[in-house]
Amino acid sequence: MNTDKDRTAFRTRAREALLAAVQGLVLAVVVLPCGVAFLALTLVSVALVPLGIGLVTTPAVLTGVRALADARRRLAAQWCGIRIPAVYRPLPRSANPWTRTVALFRDPQVRRDVLWLPVDMTAGFVTALVPAVLVFYPVQGFLVGAGLWRAYVREPGDTYWYGFVPVTGPVTALGAAALGALVLALTWRLTPRLLTAHFRLARAVLGGRRGELAERVRVLTETRRDAVDTSAAELRRIERDLHDGAQARLVAMGMDLGTIEMLVERDPAQAKQLLAQARRNSAEALAELRDLVRGIHPPVLAERGLGDAVRALALRLPMATEVTVELPGRADAPVESAAYFAVSEVLTNAVKHSGADRILVDMHHTDGRLRITVTDDGRGGAAAGAGSGLAGIERRLGTFDGVLAVSSPAGGPTMVTLEIPCVLS
Amino acid sequence: MRVVLAEDLFLLRDGLVRMLEAYGFEMAAAVESGPELTRALAELTPDVAVVDVRLPPTHTDEGLQCALAARRARPGLPVLVLSQHVEQLYARELLADGTGGVGYLLKDRVFDADQFVDAVRRVAAGGTAMDPQVIRQLLSRRSAGDQPLARLTPREREVLELMAQGRSNAGIAAQLVVTERAVAKHTSNIFAKLGLEVSDDDNRRVLAVLAHLDRDR
Repeated sequence: MNTDKDRTAFRTRAREALLAAVQGLVLAVVVLPCGVAFLALTLVSVALVPLGIGLVTTPAVLTGVRALADARRRLAAQWCGIRIPAVYRPLPRSANPWTRTVALFRDPQVRRDVLWLPVDMTAGFVTALVPAVLVFYPVQGFLVGAGLWRAYVREPGDTYWYGFVPVTGPVTALGAAALGALVLALTWRLTPRLLTAHFRLARAVLGGRRGELAERVRVLTETRRDAVDTSAAELRRIERDLHDGAQARLVAMGMDLGTIEMLVERDPAQAKQLLAQARRNSAEALAELRDLVRGIHPPVLAERGLGDAVRALALRLPMATEVTVELPGRADAPVESAAYFAVSEVLTNAVKHSGADRILVDMHHTDGRLRITVTDDGRGGAAAGAGSGLAGIERRLGTFDGVLAVSSPAGGPTMVTLEIPCVLS
Repeated sequence: MRVVLAEDLFLLRDGLVRMLEAYGFEMAAAVESGPELTRALAELTPDVAVVDVRLPPTHTDEGLQCALAARRARPGLPVLVLSQHVEQLYARELLADGTGGVGYLLKDRVFDADQFVDAVRRVAAGGTAMDPQVIRQLLSRRSAGDQPLARLTPREREVLELMAQGRSNAGIAAQLVVTERAVAKHTSNIFAKLGLEVSDDDNRRVLAVLAHLDRDR
């Protein structure tokens, strides 16, 4: 019973060792040519970037590198149960070759992939090959012991070295077999672990740092919850506004029209009065809908984009407001909207609390970040901390990885800076 | 009087056509997109164009852009722009060339057909028709500080608002139920307080008022 179990365990282990050896061998055979080829292609492609050709080829080559890395990630999971996390950034849609290439090289994951190529074709190659060597080398020793030595030792004086054993005849050949057995006995348990080491190495280079990822996940979870909460609250507000405002007015209008229909012949004077009231109601319903639309998505933002939307906003403020805009394109609609409402709230705060009589708004886009500064000449003392309206803005910007900085010494001036990473198109 | 109308929503276009025809206008064309509008304005030489800001194919400010382009090609081409919302930004772009013959009104203003048609006629005649909402924003902005506007009496402010919308003295008198003489007296007071030159030309007068309100911006 006990021996049976031992035998089964032994067989399993032996199978594992053999499997690891074969897998390692396959890997080692594939690793070297692929790694060398892709590394060479990448280097050539990058070198060709100044000529323009590289702009077309680099994304293609890097896609190949990614496919290679993905294949290794799959094998790591299937063969050794090692999960190698991959976090590729999404490529900007419909971007030109230059921005595509730059975006690719900005992606830390892509950089890690490329860095992994030389590591994989040296250390990776060795760690993949060693399990195979450790299993197949003793086999060679057995074969030599079994008589293969005769093929090498034809005349006296010929020596075939197996490890450190000089094989010259049947006796020393048995010595080689014994060495083979010794090596096998010592190492056959090691082979699966060595293959694991190969994938661990790949994970160390390919995978991002774990702490970084965990932090990123935490931030994303938090901002996602905020975003969901905010949009749910917004929907509730819209529903309530429609229900109490425009809808109620339209119902009243319908009722008035019904009454008018009845009165129009009997009492034209009163019918006329009611008509005027119905018209007023429809105008007010329109005004309410207009305000509601402005609160959801300001028309100028939809029509002209962020720059003119903030300019239009500035024109409605009761104080002199100067807006400078340097935006070579438009950001994605959700980013534009978030930036607009953030600026709108900052300006409202400035109007309400700062006591300023001049406000400067500056908007520009550099290094892949939209940066907006709002400066007023008021009394200062604004704080970004809890409870203030600024905290709400911060939360809303968080959804887009944006940040808010406030500099507001007592006595002023107050400068609020918003930054959102984004691409313009 | 021949009108080109551009409005993409069928119901509104239909309603406007019916209203304008009821008031004796001749519809040269009623189109529903920016490119059609540009073509109609170039080929039909209407007396006035009534244009919705938002038009296909872009559904942004296509109508406004077409109108501005047409006015650049033919300065003073009378254009009345209609919109679901009014923005000073757009009003200033329309007024920028200073040639008059422009209007910018909320779509709601068509509720009062008489006043709306009056605005169309004023624009066609080279005058202006600015939405009260734009004017009120301009006035509230300027009255915040120690501006000359603060020295106006409430009645004078009312007259100024109506004047800035583009009404003539007769129109203002009718609206406020006073005599034209009284309006004339108020306007000369306003001009004196704001330091503006008095001019008989309605359009020039409005542009002067708007330029004054828009100063220091």
